[in-house]
Amino acid sequence: MTGNSPAVVAASKLGLTFQTNDGPVQALSNVDLTIGKGEFVSFIGPSGCGKTTLLRVIADLEKPTSGTISVNGMTAEQAREKRAYGYVFQAAALFPWRTIERNVGLPLEIMGLSRAEQGERIKRTLDLVNLSGFEKKYPWQLSGGMQQRASIARALAFDADLLLMDEPFGALDEIVRDHLNEQLLELWGRTNKTICFVTHSIPEAVYLSTRIVVMSPRPGRVSDIIESTLPRERPLDIRETPEFLAIAARVRDGLRAGHSYDD
Amino acid sequence: MDTFRDKLVPVTSILAGVVVLWYVFAVVLNAPFQRDLDRRAGETSTFSELIGKTLSQPKPTLPAPHQVAVNFFENTFLRPITSNRSLVYNAWVTLSSTLLGFAFGTALGIIIAVGIVHVATLDRSLMPWIIASQTIPILAVAPMIIVVLGAIGISGLIPKAMISTYLSFFPVTVGMVKGLRSPEIMHLDLMHTYNASRAQTFWRLRVPASVPFLFTSMKVAVAASLVGAIVGELPTGAVAGIGAKLLAGAYYSQSIDIWSALVAGSVVAALLVMVVGIAGRLVDRAMGGRPA
Repeated sequence: MTGNSPAVVAASKLGLTFQTNDGPVQALSNVDLTIGKGEFVSFIGPSGCGKTTLLRVIADLEKPTSGTISVNGMTAEQAREKRAYGYVFQAAALFPWRTIERNVGLPLEIMGLSRAEQGERIKRTLDLVNLSGFEKKYPWQLSGGMQQRASIARALAFDADLLLMDEPFGALDEIVRDHLNEQLLELWGRTNKTICFVTHSIPEAVYLSTRIVVMSPRPGRVSDIIESTLPRERPLDIRETPEFLAIAARVRDGLRAGHSYDD
Repeated sequence: MDTFRDKLVPVTSILAGVVVLWYVFAVVLNAPFQRDLDRRAGETSTFSELIGKTLSQPKPTLPAPHQVAVNFFENTFLRPITSNRSLVYNAWVTLSSTLLGFAFGTALGIIIAVGIVHVATLDRSLMPWIIASQTIPILAVAPMIIVVLGAIGISGLIPKAMISTYLSFFPVTVGMVKGLRSPEIMHLDLMHTYNASRAQTFWRLRVPASVPFLFTSMKVAVAASLVGAIVGELPTGAVAGIGAKLLAGAYYSQSIDIWSALVAGSVVAALLVMVVGIAGRLVDRAMGGRPA
């Protein structure tokens, strides 16, 4: 072990081409990226830029067709088999026939933890997302924001150091989204997890991230990587500061540069 | 109150319409034979007398609703249920083979569906045969099943139940294949991120997701089972059962008996579908289903 902590995610010359009926589609091309421990990295870009695909490659839900990817120093597949990450989808994707506590306990059941251990972790993670008291409720009895919090709890339940989030708050209204962004930052500060966060909202990306990866489509590629100069402590009103607006402007420029508006 | 307005009123209106039409047809269809009778007896009937007589013939071409109702009532409630003229007794005989065949059919349907969903070869090889099996007329197959099974010494309940099985496994297979494949991609991906085994994905995701499909297809299957049991009684020369009553009624031109046996069959079918529906709703509630 050297002084430098090893990269949590390291991609080099990563490419992925989907074979479709209309011919090959290059979803990712030549992606080089290293994410260190404890970082909060956002992926932002227009639809079709491959941000979700990149997240799915990290999660071993898609296989790259060229280049290499390592997660925690292993291949993505090995990392998935070791349950190295928790994945949060665009929708809460809770099982409607399970109560909230049994949804959160699903990964723990699959891992074969003891009942006592399961109960203890369910309680802890539900506390973490402020859902204590809703253990026995079914998903439909909760609001959209609460459902998404439950799905975050489910991703946290088995204590993976890496959290992959694919537009988790995209379907929620802005007030709920602000609130969840605040809670997510607080959670990140407390747990020191590494978070990869896909979004198409500039303020969300700037507010949350230590680093913002700007992507552009056709072929999907990384067009800019912006280091945030914001402090780790971020009250919501930081979004009105000139520093925040400057970073947002850079992201917007990056998006514009990578996107051709001819069409 | 809402159920009353939404369901009872429309259903009752249709029923009333059917009854009226039924009376009209009873008069029209029974009148020629009644005129014939009158002529031979040398009587002349007024129009209203003629109508009265057409609605009270002992072996009418089309019995009037009240004749069927009286026959149904007498044979259901006024006979000891051990009597072989009792509709309750005959319905029970048919019901027992219906239920046995339904249980076999549901189990078989589920097993085949699980195979089809998990083994690609079965999906391609078995599905066309399963669909073909349902295009064969059951009336042609039923006697052969009875004869073949009889030749190897199996008779009684089992051959009839097998015909029910033959009809009822199909909707369950089709429904369960759909149900076991119903989980969203997102849910399957989620299980994949947990590195869940196929068995874990099956029991924790595919099976619970398929439950609503199972009950929907079981409603169709239970009605098909009853048809199978009745059809199974026709070629066997069965002495009891709703099918046997229909056959005996046809031999002896007891049209009223035929119709009341038909009514008994419909009542049993409605009850069976209702029981499956209630079971489905109870299971749904137990699985956290949202009250409708």
